This record gives sequence, C-alpha cells and structure tokens, in this order.
Amino acid sequence: MTVTKADASVTTANNEPTGETEPVGSARSERLSALIQQHGALAVLVLVSLVASFSFDSFATGDNVSNMATSSAFLAIVALGMTFVIITGGIDLSVGSLFALGGVLAAWGSRHGTLVALLLPLAVCGLIGVVNGLLVARSRLAPFIVTLAAMLGARGLLLAITDEGADTFLIGKGSFLAELGQGTTLGLGNPVWITLALFVAGAVVLRRTRFGQHVYAVGGNEDAAALMGAPVARTKILVYTLSGLLAGLAGALNAAWLASGVTILGNGMELEAISAVVIGGTLLTGGLGYVSGSLVGVLLLKVIQNVINQIGSLDSSYQQVVSGAFLAVVVIAQTWLGRRRQLM
Amino acid sequence: MAPPAEVLAVRGLSKSFPGVRALDDVDLTLHAGEVHALIGENGAGKSTLIKLLTGVYRPDAGEITFQGSKVSFATPLEAQKAGISTIYQEVNLIPLLSVARNLFLGREPRNRFGVLDIARMNREAEKTLRGYGVRVDVRRPLRTLGVGAQQMVALARAVATDARIVIMDEPTSSLEPREVETLFSVIRRLRDAGIAVVYVSHRLDELYAVCGTVTVLRDGRRVHHGSLADLDRLALVSTMLGRDLGEVREEGLTKFTGDHEATDTQPVLDARELTVPHKLHEVSLSIRPGEVVGLGGLLGSGRTETAKAISGALPVRSGRVTVAGVPLRGGSAPAAIRAGVSLLPEDRKSEGIVPGLSVRENIALAVLPRLSRFGLVSEARVDSVVDTFIKRLRIKASSPHQKVGELSGGNQQKVLLARWLAMNPKVLLLDEPTRGIDVGAKAEVQKLVDELAADGLGVLLISSDLEELIEGSDRVVVLKDGAVVGELTGDDVTEDKLMRTIAGDAQVEHLAKEVATDG
Repeated sequence: MTVTKADASVTTANNEPTGETEPVGSARSERLSALIQQHGALAVLVLVSLVASFSFDSFATGDNVSNMATSSAFLAIVALGMTFVIITGGIDLSVGSLFALGGVLAAWGSRHGTLVALLLPLAVCGLIGVVNGLLVARSRLAPFIVTLAAMLGARGLLLAITDEGADTFLIGKGSFLAELGQGTTLGLGNPVWITLALFVAGAVVLRRTRFGQHVYAVGGNEDAAALMGAPVARTKILVYTLSGLLAGLAGALNAAWLASGVTILGNGMELEAISAVVIGGTLLTGGLGYVSGSLVGVLLLKVIQNVINQIGSLDSSYQQVVSGAFLAVVVIAQTWLGRRRQLM
Repeated sequence: MAPPAEVLAVRGLSKSFPGVRALDDVDLTLHAGEVHALIGENGAGKSTLIKLLTGVYRPDAGEITFQGSKVSFATPLEAQKAGISTIYQEVNLIPLLSVARNLFLGREPRNRFGVLDIARMNREAEKTLRGYGVRVDVRRPLRTLGVGAQQMVALARAVATDARIVIMDEPTSSLEPREVETLFSVIRRLRDAGIAVVYVSHRLDELYAVCGTVTVLRDGRRVHHGSLADLDRLALVSTMLGRDLGEVREEGLTKFTGDHEATDTQPVLDARELTVPHKLHEVSLSIRPGEVVGLGGLLGSGRTETAKAISGALPVRSGRVTVAGVPLRGGSAPAAIRAGVSLLPEDRKSEGIVPGLSVRENIALAVLPRLSRFGLVSEARVDSVVDTFIKRLRIKASSPHQKVGELSGGNQQKVLLARWLAMNPKVLLLDEPTRGIDVGAKAEVQKLVDELAADGLGVLLISSDLEELIEGSDRVVVLKDGAVVGELTGDDVTEDKLMRTIAGDAQVEHLAKEVATDG
C-alpha cells in the first residue's frame, strides 16, 4: 500500500487547485480512495507475487509463470465481457455454461474445418447473449434471473449435444485450432497473446468510444442516461452479446488448448469471473470500473491458487476457502472505500 | 423593431388521468428571448404541462406548434433533439463520469477512427464551463462538484444542444445564493441570445428578478397570463391561490368549531431555530397543549420539511426540539415517537398505510411493542385498543379485519390517525390531513382535529386549503423559502393577512400592523 500512497501525493501535487466549487470531502482523500479502489488489487498482486517468489523457488520460474498466464487467459477473457456487463449495473451468470458450450461446439465443429470450429461457438454463444440482452433491455427483466435461466438452458443444450456428456469431441493434432490453443509465441502461449490483445481493445472501446461512454452512463444513472440521449436498450443488448461472444471464444480457445471439448468445465466460472471483476475495482452497482482491474483480479485469483498449490501441505480444497475469504475482504474494502467516496 | 419571433405556441392543451383533469384547455405562447414564469400550486398542472411539452406525456387534445410547425414528441429525447431542453430540480447527469464526459455524452468529438478525442473534449469543456462561472478540473467525476456547479453543467449541456427553449423546473431549490446569481446571469445571457426560457419556481423574489412574462395555472386551467411587471406580488399570490383580495371571510364552510383553548401552560412542543441545508433556515415555533397551530406558506416553502424536522424524519444541521420541557435528541424518529410526537405524513399511500393489512393491523402497527410482553402480542389488548379507536374516530369499515386498501380515502386517513393516537401522543403533526378525501370525510377529520385539541393535544396543521388553515388554527406561522416570515394571531388569522404575509409585501404588512395597534 506504500506504493499507492506515494502515487497519490504525486498526483495531488501535479494538479491545479480546483476552482471555486467545493468538492465532496477533501480532494486529497478522495483521490487516495479512488487510487486504492482502482489500483489496490495491483498492489496486492505485486506484494503476493514478491513474497511468493522469495518463499518458493518454483514460483518465479519460466514454466510456472507461463502456466499461470495460460490458465489465467480463459478466465480473463470471460471476465472482460463480465466487466462491461457489471459496469452497466447488470450481471451475467450464463458465462460458465457458455464457456463449456463454446468448448464443446468448437471441438465438434473442428471436424468440419477451423472456420466452423471458431465461428460456431461464437454464433451460438453470441446469440444466447443477444437473447439475454433483449430480455434484460426490452422486457425489463432482472439480469440475475434472465442469465440464470440462460445458464441452466445452455448447460442443458450442452448435455443434449454430448448425449448426457457421454460423447467427447477431440480436436486433431496439428490443426490450426490446436496450434492456436497450444502453440507459443515468444515464450508465452498463444491464448495469452490473444487475451492481451482483447484487453487492449476492450480498454480502448470502454474509455475511448461512444459505446464505452454509454456503458458507464447506463450503469451510473439509467434514467439520466436516457434523458441525455444515450441508447440505453441498445447498450444493454450489446454488453450481454459481447459477454456471450467472449465466453464462447474463451471456451473455444480452452478446448483448443486441451485438444477436446470437456462438458464439465465452466461450473462456477461465472462466480470466479464476477469475483475477479469486483476485486479489480469495478463497482457491482455499476457506473465505475476498469478492464485492467479485471485482468489484475484474474491474475490475483490464479496466483493465490498457485501459491496454495506450492504450499504442498495445504489441502487444495482450502484454495476456495482462501479465495472466498479474500473476496470477502475485497468487497468489504470496496464498500468502505465507496462509502468514503459517497458512491453508494 | 419587429417583435421577436414566436418560438412556441400551445393551443387548447388538455390531459386527463383517471379521475383527474390535470390540464384543461391551456394556451401558452413563447417568444424568442422571453423569460416566462410558470407558476401554480400543487396539482395546478405545471408539471403536466412541462411533461407534455417535453414528450413525456401525449396530450388528449390541443396542439403544440414549435418554430412554425406542428410537433408531437414521442420521447424526451425527441423534444431535446428538436430544441426543447429541460433542467430538472434534481441534477440528471451521471455522477461517476467526468465533468467533460457528462457535458459531451452522445456528441463527443471523435477522430477519424471513431475514437474519442479526449484532449479536445477536456479543452472545450473547460472553455464552455468558464462561461458559466465554473472553474474546475473537468476530468474529475461530476459528483465531486457542488450541487450548484453540477446544475451549471446540466445547464451548459442543455444549451449546448442547440436549444431554442430551455425549461427550468425549480432550478434553484438546491442552490446557494451566490450560485443563484450565476444562474440568473446565465438566464439573462440566454435571453439575449434569443433563447426562450420557461422558469418554474415558488420563490417570488426570483420570479420578479428574472422573468418578464407569467402564466398562472390553477386546477389545470390557465387563470392568468401576461406581463409579470403588471402583476404585483399580492395579486400574484391571490391569483395563484384563487382567493380574491378582501374577500369576506366566510364562516361555517368548514367543520371547525374552535371550541378549544390553549391552556396557559408551558408549550408542549418548542422547536428552536431548526436548520436543514437548502430547506429550512432557523425555523422556530411552539405549540401549547390544546392549541392548533397552522403552518402557512406556498408549496416548497418548507412546511412539510418543518414537520419532518420536528418528528426526526429529516436530519437537522442545527436547532433543537423540546417536548413537554424535555429536549429531544435530533434526527431520530423513534426518539420523537417515544417523546410523544406523531406525524401524519402528507403522502399517506407511500409513507403511511399498509394497504394489504387489515384495519386492526394498521392501527396496532406502531403501538404493538407496548402491547406485547417478551415479544408476544396480547391479542385482547390489541382488540380493546382497536375497538376504542374505531368507535372514537368513527371509522367506517365492515369489520376490523377489512383491508385498509379497500376503505375510502377519508377512512384510511382516520386509520392512520388512530395508529398515532394509540401511541398516546402529546403533539400531533398533521401534514395535509384532508387532501384527496371527499367533502363529508373532510368535515369529519376537521371535527376530529378540534376534538383532539380540546382533549389537550398540541396540533400542528399543514394545509394548502386556506379556508381549512385559517378556520382550523388558533395561530398561523407563515413560512417562505424555508424561513418564518410572520405569525398571525387572534383576529389577524384571516386569508387576507395570510396572503399578504406570503407575498412578503413589507409595506402592506407594516400598514396592517399599524392599523392593528391603532385599533
């Protein structure tokens, strides 16, 4: 946390005094709170990684880092879409099922060529995302219920395709798809590069396009956004579609990495993605959030899992206990900071 | 010089809601560069008119001609795009977005790749806002600005979208005096630029400071329009309230008998210098046992807020309340109830009755803890309390088990009254106790108020019905813009004096005092 404090003083010093209006609370403590909210997870990630690399010889090795990066990539892609949804004030519980569905569809489609293997999961998962968006935006149903239904429905569809999970579709070795999932470039797995590219694009879309502005506006104050001319319904439909597409893509890449579509994957992944987004500083109530934070959130979850694995004596079941406790601490801290900044 | 062009012409606009004719054959004309005051009491139809102009509602009859052509807006957005912008009482912007992003939402400058040009946006935002007297770091989230500055951002946004008409719905309700001045200079600048402004406010000083023309609505109809300078304050207030000046005080229209007298004891309620930011300024009043004190003033003058501040429902910044000599710890409704202060809220639907519960359950709701032992409710005691009040207040219900939602408005009000009377209060705060109930029930409630005062309760009566206020009260404390501007006692409790006090006509008031002392 010392890092953030130092940053805060620099920021404060660089800024001009701010005119005649009275800010809510002192500007300095406001900036500090904002900074902790935005970058607190990064500070913890750096701290945990440093401690882990001093404590365990096997932590900071090329292999381990590369493994962590690849296994983080799929969750990160899902969390990217979730970030958009949560900033609009919504939630998408269907992504875990869509992740699994995307994987199975990609593996099934790989028998008909790479193009089918990539486009089929995107088409199906994107379509389910559109339906989610339509129900949330046009029918004004609660996102929680709509995406819960989609989660159950997609899981059912998955079982139907795979004959209750009895059929497993494999992805042929040496195909382009397999290369996409398993190959490496400059020492890092291809999924990692794809993820990074998606996050850069996501950050630009969110901060530097009108659509991104609308996402924040809808989550910040929906009624005001409508009065200000933001296309509220279209924005909502788009974020759920995006979330569906990214979940499907993540599933397809994961299948390519594993060389098969595995039906039991993705259980609880929606909650992991939500955790990562919240840890990364995005407000569950909407209107405030950062894609970079979500990436950090995913990495933090994965590093903690990895550290627990390194401590050989600790049962891996405790991973979830620690993750849960950590999430609780983060949410408490976020709420506290939010109240301090009078966001809630 | 040619007269300025007509920007808006509204002819015969009408709108009904189930059971209410909210707007009835209303005309309105706006010219370029005109600052037009739109005034009227609660339910007069101001907000209905605004909502019809801005596409929130569709009119039942009548037509709106905007810049020479007939228009019919389906959404607020359409109206806004056509050039009718509205600034609401509460700032309608996105608090978490930066100031610049708020100002430019939906029309951000972009480079040729469709990516926002943030630097240009910030630069232009800074420049625009400087013109409104707001000098801030536009990259900061909007909510870190004061309410006044936020209101200015909303105004800048409204004007920047090529508005021809800017409608301001009580824009100053949360502004500091200095910010009001800035707002006025902006309004004058808009006027000079040929933009028509519709200004809705209950603050007479503001209307006279900035408006040139006026439309007065009452009960959904236009009762006056013309130049504001031709209408003095007293005439304005009497037109608005629909009472003729010097109208003979009519007796016997209400059921108040006035046969209760304030005992010469200590006040049962003493409120001193209650201050709530933007709402109340050092409001003091006291009520003695057996006395009905009326609270007069226009809509938005702080009547409801005063009642809420006394009952602990509205946190006060300073001031204190004493009940029967015991100071009340501020800001706590339960403490006020324990001390014997009961508030019958203005909006009984949202703040009072539970329609799905029975008459019995509604009456017993507040008093339940007192009728229970170890968390178990004594049914017999509840029954006896409920029976007592159904009889005493003459509540007409098929049985104590009938749902309150099925009762008439008057009987609902009596159930609420019973709920608080069961608490055995010392002070009753009645906020519009007869609004929305029929004539017969109104008389019943008025009679009850009398009886309760005769029983030694201190009563604070808030009513927009002047007759009710004047005839029901022993004294009337008059509020204006959140502060006490006068108190009428004895023979001075007349509609005439009340309107003069509300109008704040210092000279008239002074003369009245002289006459009073002479007599």
